[in-house]
Amino acid sequence: MTPETASPSVQSGASQARAAAVAPVVPPPGALAGLPPASAPVLPPTPPGIVEPLLSELSVSGHRGVRLPACDVPETKLEAALPAWAIRATPAALPEMSEPEVIRHFTRLSTLNHHLDKGIYPLGSCTMKHNPKINDELAFLPGMAGAHPFAPAESVQGALEIISRLEGLLAAITGFDAVTLMPAAGAQGEFTGMLLVRAYFAAKGETHRTKVLVPDSAHGTNPASVHAVGWSVVELKSKDGRLDLEALKQALGPDVAAVMVTQPSTLGMFEPQIQEAADLIHAAGAQLYLDGANFNALVGLVKPGKVFDLMHLNLHKTFSTPHGGGGPGAGPVAVKAHLEPFLPGPRVKAGAGGAYELEPARATSVGRVHSFLGNFGVLVRAYAYIRSLGPEGLAEISHEAILNANYLMRKLAGAYDLPFDRPCMHEFVLSGRNLRKYGVRTTDVAKRLLDFGVHAPTVYFPLIVEEAIMIEPTETETLRTLDLFASVMLRIAEEAKTEPAIVTGAPWTTPVSRLDEGRAARELKLTWKAS
Amino acid sequence: MSYVGRSAAEREAMLASIGVARFEDLLIDVPRALRVDGPLDVPAAASELELRAEVGAIAAKNDAARDVPSFLGGGLYDHYIPSALPRVALRSEFMTAYTPYQPEVAQGTLQVIFEFQSMIAELTGLDVANASLYDGASAVVEAAYLARAQTGRDGIVVAGALHPHYEQALGTFHGAEHVTHVAHDPATGIVTPAALTAAIGPTTACVMLQYPNFFGAIEDLKALIDTAHAAGALAVVAADPIALALLTPPGTLGADLCVGEAQSLGAPISFGGPVCGFFAGKKEFVRRFPGRIVGQTVDGQGSRGFVLTLQTREQHIRREKATSNICTNQGLIALMNTIYLSLLGKQGLIDVATLCFQKTHYAAQRAKVVAGVEVAFASSYLREVALKLPLPAAQAIKKGRELGVLLGVDGAAFGKDSANLLLVAATEKRTKAEIDQWAAALAQAVKGGAR
Repeated sequence: MTPETASPSVQSGASQARAAAVAPVVPPPGALAGLPPASAPVLPPTPPGIVEPLLSELSVSGHRGVRLPACDVPETKLEAALPAWAIRATPAALPEMSEPEVIRHFTRLSTLNHHLDKGIYPLGSCTMKHNPKINDELAFLPGMAGAHPFAPAESVQGALEIISRLEGLLAAITGFDAVTLMPAAGAQGEFTGMLLVRAYFAAKGETHRTKVLVPDSAHGTNPASVHAVGWSVVELKSKDGRLDLEALKQALGPDVAAVMVTQPSTLGMFEPQIQEAADLIHAAGAQLYLDGANFNALVGLVKPGKVFDLMHLNLHKTFSTPHGGGGPGAGPVAVKAHLEPFLPGPRVKAGAGGAYELEPARATSVGRVHSFLGNFGVLVRAYAYIRSLGPEGLAEISHEAILNANYLMRKLAGAYDLPFDRPCMHEFVLSGRNLRKYGVRTTDVAKRLLDFGVHAPTVYFPLIVEEAIMIEPTETETLRTLDLFASVMLRIAEEAKTEPAIVTGAPWTTPVSRLDEGRAARELKLTWKAS
Repeated sequence: MSYVGRSAAEREAMLASIGVARFEDLLIDVPRALRVDGPLDVPAAASELELRAEVGAIAAKNDAARDVPSFLGGGLYDHYIPSALPRVALRSEFMTAYTPYQPEVAQGTLQVIFEFQSMIAELTGLDVANASLYDGASAVVEAAYLARAQTGRDGIVVAGALHPHYEQALGTFHGAEHVTHVAHDPATGIVTPAALTAAIGPTTACVMLQYPNFFGAIEDLKALIDTAHAAGALAVVAADPIALALLTPPGTLGADLCVGEAQSLGAPISFGGPVCGFFAGKKEFVRRFPGRIVGQTVDGQGSRGFVLTLQTREQHIRREKATSNICTNQGLIALMNTIYLSLLGKQGLIDVATLCFQKTHYAAQRAKVVAGVEVAFASSYLREVALKLPLPAAQAIKKGRELGVLLGVDGAAFGKDSANLLLVAATEKRTKAEIDQWAAALAQAVKGGAR
């Protein structure tokens, strides 16, 4: 090793420059008392400017990881079995590493992540609540993790039972009549929901309904899902952050198939006139779809089946399954009876004698939306979660989530603008526009938060609030954690006034400082191969 | 159980801090008529101990809870998962993080995805790959969206034995009217360039090929890709990543996109999900790619870092004009795939594929001597083989299970005409003794069925 590569990266040139940049603005000792320590990852010796080498840089010709058994059957020659053109000429340039090298690489990489088990992750609309560990363990039981969907039904009765039971539990919790667990994520649930509505109207001969009304505060997946079924989106302007019944009346017509509503809205407010809106929508012959991303606010409090025709759920949000660094999720769709004939297939049915079987997609079904029956491992976790909470624990979800959000909102109002000043549900939206006069933007606040070992909230969404900061603490954060988070947020608002450079230059303590996203898009480098 | 830490005193203090007398005061916007009246109709809470017993008993009803040798494939394969893989993949740092919206505290997740993209590009012989899609079906569906947008044409031509579930998903997402199926040659199980030529034309956006196909047979890939290109259509290949260790990569043969199911790279079968769709293509198509893509950049001090890039394709920016509605995908499974490819490495993946090849060919040799059983198609195959039985495969499978073996996939999944086909995949996990046990069970099942 050269002296340079042997030196710890904290002493590398780039890092020295950063240390210098930090020095004048790092708060004096004691000023952070009561706050979590700044994250200080242990870094391996690496060349300057590299936090962790790539696999391709760690690979050494001839190193081997996991070995396989010798072949115990009479051998066939590959050349005899395959045409010459089909035989790969050059082995794929995959890494050559020993097992410990692989483990250290990924373990070091893992330490560069903020994660829920380390600290608060208050991303609005993402419901980053605690992920119970028992649920993971149950999903990986050999009987669950090893079950094959092409096995005959008698071989996978347990898997079919989980699906059947979870459908029933979700129907009971949401107040709908039937549930499909096939969609792999919320966006796929939305798409499936739109397909169900399309099939429903096709069966009624109302194929002229090709428009979907979507409020301007909606998640981006809503219009994208509508577009994916070939329909057009009509944006509904909100009024004071709410559904505007007058605008809704104007927009409804014989060509409207559905209205997609997020309840509570992405502003964290319950739409109080949802029943009136539903009556208008149904009178116009359209269907009312609920984007269930925010169902955490409603568990045990409101059964959407009472008002809506269909909804999707995000099991990785409301039902606590881990987010996995960006999936897997699961996006079940719950419907009223009139939409059941159109659900994706195959579906699980309890057959004669109590055995479960797979019923092929009916002629009326919209068809298949997943390779198999959905993200089963996620379904096992959600089943376990619901069973572990019971009726009281489920009702506690929305109760404590609402309490936590309101508590934080009141703590932070004043230091940040509160565009809609009334009690919120499970989340709320602040605006960082009041800091603009100091040259500080919401993105700066988000980056500064990272210095204190907390994740930033969702920012710049919903689009209808300028400099938006969308905060969802979830029910599993304790009062102590909420107070810590609030104290950091208040401190940053104060820094914005007194020492804005400390905010606009953040983050200071993370494994890398602010990254150049523009350059990534301009000079595309998407693989390690030299291009 | 409860995962909420809250005392009554804390609750009171919080309400006081908010400035309300009771919790009800926070619900002023929720009409009483809409509120749930009484407890939810779900069973009483189970403790962790009770839950373990309950779910454990349900899991025990699956054959997978016992050591029943499985010869099932059909896109999902029973491969050995090294112990080091779950140890690392299931760390809280990976499991309990989300989509890397703040890259400065998500470099672990982001670099892993960059490495995943790099290795998928390497295996498929293409320039770029995305961060993953839901599964094989979604990868095929999204490839067709890209092809339609790229060519301005709407027709999707499915060449022969594409996974039937992928073809069904194409119908669901794109409309059955846009999907044309070209039948495979009944003697070879693959599609002839002539048959493909007859089915494609000026409205064809893409041809969907599978390599090896659903029957395990190896299509005449280069000829089919050239046929697609001659008609101005894109050639999309759904490939098995384990097979790609031994097979000439689709990119080298001229494919525009190579997509597929990555479960076989270190992820449990998990009853079909969560699995992982991969999506690779030529670089000129990258601005039409679906889902997340990670790119390399630098931070303010010039250190290398990784970020989500080309986000203007995505739904949260472009809304209805997005290239896809995909948001959350399969990050954790892509991580498992990445660790698997690292642990097995260059030689290890070849060894896995070679063992699968040898064991499947040995199984076929054993099957050939069973009266009434023959290899269904006169084509090359690699790690899965279609056998033709003298009775419906479903009957043989039922009998086989009684004898303690999962014989294979029922060909009826592909269609009624294939009901006598049994698809057999012997992975590196199957020992010679298990294959012999399988052959004996097959012989008995066939004899029993013929009676």
